[in-house]
Amino acid sequence: MVPATSTPAEPAGAAPARAEAADVVGLGRRRAAAFVAPALVLVLVFLVFPALWTLYLGVTDYRLTGLAATRPHFVGVRNYTDVLADGRFHDSLWLTLQFVGGSAVLGQTVLGFAVAWVMRERPAAVRRTVEALVLLAWILPGSVVAFLWLALLDRDGGTLNTLLGTPGTAWLLDHPMASIIVFNIWRGTAFSMMLYTAALGNVPPSHLETAKLAGASTWQTLRDAVLPKIRGHVLTSLLLVSLWTFNDFTPYLITAGGPENRSEVLSVYVYRTALGEGRLGFGAAISLVMLLVNLAIATAYLRALRRRRA
Amino acid sequence: MTGVELSALTKDYPGGVRAVDGLDLAVPDGAFFALLGPSGCGKTTLLRTVAGLETATSGTVRIGDRDVTRLPPGRRDVGMVFQDYALFPHMTVADNIAYPLRIKKAGKAERHAAAARVAASLGLADLLGRRPAELSGGQQQRVALARAMAARPKVFLLDEPLSNLDARLRLEARTFLKKLQHELGVTTLFVTHDQAEALAMADLIAVMEAGRIRQLGTPAEVFRRPANLFVASFIGSTPMNLVDARVVDGLVEAAGARLPSPVRVVGDEAGESLVYGVRPEYLDFSPVPVDGAFHGRVVVVENLGTSSLTTLETGGGVLVHVVVPEDAEPRPGDEGWAVPRPGRSLLYRGGELMTDDVAAAA
Repeated sequence: MVPATSTPAEPAGAAPARAEAADVVGLGRRRAAAFVAPALVLVLVFLVFPALWTLYLGVTDYRLTGLAATRPHFVGVRNYTDVLADGRFHDSLWLTLQFVGGSAVLGQTVLGFAVAWVMRERPAAVRRTVEALVLLAWILPGSVVAFLWLALLDRDGGTLNTLLGTPGTAWLLDHPMASIIVFNIWRGTAFSMMLYTAALGNVPPSHLETAKLAGASTWQTLRDAVLPKIRGHVLTSLLLVSLWTFNDFTPYLITAGGPENRSEVLSVYVYRTALGEGRLGFGAAISLVMLLVNLAIATAYLRALRRRRA
Repeated sequence: MTGVELSALTKDYPGGVRAVDGLDLAVPDGAFFALLGPSGCGKTTLLRTVAGLETATSGTVRIGDRDVTRLPPGRRDVGMVFQDYALFPHMTVADNIAYPLRIKKAGKAERHAAAARVAASLGLADLLGRRPAELSGGQQQRVALARAMAARPKVFLLDEPLSNLDARLRLEARTFLKKLQHELGVTTLFVTHDQAEALAMADLIAVMEAGRIRQLGTPAEVFRRPANLFVASFIGSTPMNLVDARVVDGLVEAAGARLPSPVRVVGDEAGESLVYGVRPEYLDFSPVPVDGAFHGRVVVVENLGTSSLTTLETGGGVLVHVVVPEDAEPRPGDEGWAVPRPGRSLLYRGGELMTDDVAAAA
């Protein structure tokens, strides 16, 4: 196809504008900027400004209501020192790490990979049914699945108690962390499964067969033929699910952080502090700390990815 | 030392595709054996069934005196080279070669010694520390061969061993593989769709079509006396002339020419439609009239290097190809005669080669 711009004779009036344009399309700097501007404005209003606002809030005693809501005072780094010294923050951070480690890194990744691996050689009908079911957990709205799980785990007349024959067991009260970890595995496995299904499709069949011919066990096949080939996919998947899980707010819909803060992961902690108790400044400080933890996680994964290429 | 024996082997794929159809085959011990056929003929499936990567639907596979039909690939004692070589990119050449030994739990020292020994015999000694990505196509192929050899299997299986190499390298690898196979003396099956490759390398060729073997023989047999029209049209770089023919007065009449019959005809063939086959290489071109020859006008002359492939259009519109040696090429438009060399022409009846035995029996 001939590009539409390849007109042999340029109209005389357009020549000066063309001359100053250094870009391929010939828009010129100003007109190009005009095209990008709306997007930039959106980014500024909805991303950059809130981020800066959070930074500002973090160094004030801003509250949702009361005197400090109208006249916040600058308090310097006091919010941050308070956060870092706060026992509830430490507990929450530890719970969040359990949540991420248990549900994202171990649960979703291992289960997602296992489903992808097992489904690899199944008939298409079986594979599609399983994939559809797993995906369903992922695409349903959070409020809906939270309600489903409340019904499942309910103390009186809950589905799980009926199935197990353990009436009166208060799963959400007795095992709040385990409940939200299992819940999040159930909910998020679809992503890992899909990613690993695609990744496994990239492993040449002849590599798997080479391992088979040598007499390799499943574990040896995974170690020698599969994992080295999909290491990049594994790290990418881990990075994404770790960050998503770290910032996930759905547990609040199930346990609301309770009982006694025993399932209060950081996102819930921020919410309860900033909006529940109205301490916006303190909440903003926690948010920034969360962001730094996220950055640390991301950096660690990206390092690992880069080491692969080196 | 071990042969491979297949009996009544059938492989059905889900969906009703029968890739291998009740096939019997005995590969003698130490043979360099080609499975040759067009794509989709079941040759690769057959090789993979011998390897154990596919399970036979029915029938048996025997390697040596063992029935391996139900054994997993790892316990069949076969070494296989895949079309794409399937080298593990994260392992060095040495680790790749020693891989089967590692799975067999051989010690590190033993593995390294074996890898070094095999590598040296294939001219890879200097490359042991490299990664597959740092090797040329030919070197990668030799690493794959070395890996297949490292565990000293009883049978080698090569899937399209030359197809990933460029034309020049392919000739080199052909010679190399043949020499290596004769030195090792290990029974080797290879799959190819290239008849020239099969003719050049194999001791024995099985020509396959639609899951069955259409002819089994040495390259010379398969080339000179194709058992049926399928093999006749498949084998040969320049396709064989296959001309509709009839027997008239003890002579074969084809494309307007009256030719001596290659087999004794007793008369019951009279009037039956037969096919007369002769390779372009076995026709002699003459610019002057000759008896018992195809006669026609030269329409195309294709240069093959040391000879030319000349196409004659006979009176009935049938095209006959003749290979003409250099310096004797006619020009398009010339008249020409093509004489079949004695003993080199064939007659097919109902698609099958007629032999004197059959003619006598009939």
